[in-house]
Amino acid sequence: MEPIMKVTAQPTDTTLTLILDGELDASSAVVLDTELNKPELLKYKKVLIDCQRLSYISSAGLGVFISHLQRLQDSNVKLVFYNMQEKVFNVFEILGLDSLMTIVPTEQEAQAV
Amino acid sequence: MQDRIRISCSRHNLQQVRDFVRSFLLAANRSELIVNQVVLAVDEVVANFIIHANGEDTTQFLDLLLVLAGQQLDIEIEDNGATLFLPPGKVATPDLRAYIQQGRKGGMGMALVSRIMDRVEFFERNSHTVCHLSKELL
Repeated sequence: MEPIMKVTAQPTDTTLTLILDGELDASSAVVLDTELNKPELLKYKKVLIDCQRLSYISSAGLGVFISHLQRLQDSNVKLVFYNMQEKVFNVFEILGLDSLMTIVPTEQEAQAV
Repeated sequence: MQDRIRISCSRHNLQQVRDFVRSFLLAANRSELIVNQVVLAVDEVVANFIIHANGEDTTQFLDLLLVLAGQQLDIEIEDNGATLFLPPGKVATPDLRAYIQQGRKGGMGMALVSRIMDRVEFFERNSHTVCHLSKELL
């Protein structure tokens, strides 16, 4: 069966970019959870989430980000989303998560956070 | 217009459910934003039935019926399992700041559903659990 979510990691010295490609649901959320659970994540200053090819997110996907946010904040690692499609951003908005997470339009703005 | 689908209780079938709902609503010329919201609401209820009501038992199955009459969309999801699954009708607003502090993963699905759909009802019919979702598509 073709995986419905692909996560590609692009590390630099200070930033880890995770490129999401596909649909993030109760079936695929474990793929992202595994990436965000890696201990080495905490050595970066920023984790950028490139959402350009993220075409769907359910509560299971939101839950993965929520469950790791405090741990990242406690280690002074910023979690920043960018390139988010309107329909995906709308899901964050429905719950009010857009005001609790850092979501910016472009990669340039994400780098500047 | 109306259409129906039957799936077995595996979370791998959620993609099939979403594709089914998307195709149905896009054929009715609904906007991508509305389509995604309704797809999300159905996905959340179906995921709950699969994971929580049926424990991902693939011998069990769900029936999904979509009916669109004018602007009125009615969706019925019937769980053919023997266990009744009747969540409370009123969904509390999740305290997301607390969820973040607690590192909590779940507890947002039905809140999304209740905010997207006009009506959300769970009831018993022939010893099965049925969820009825309705929304006027403006």
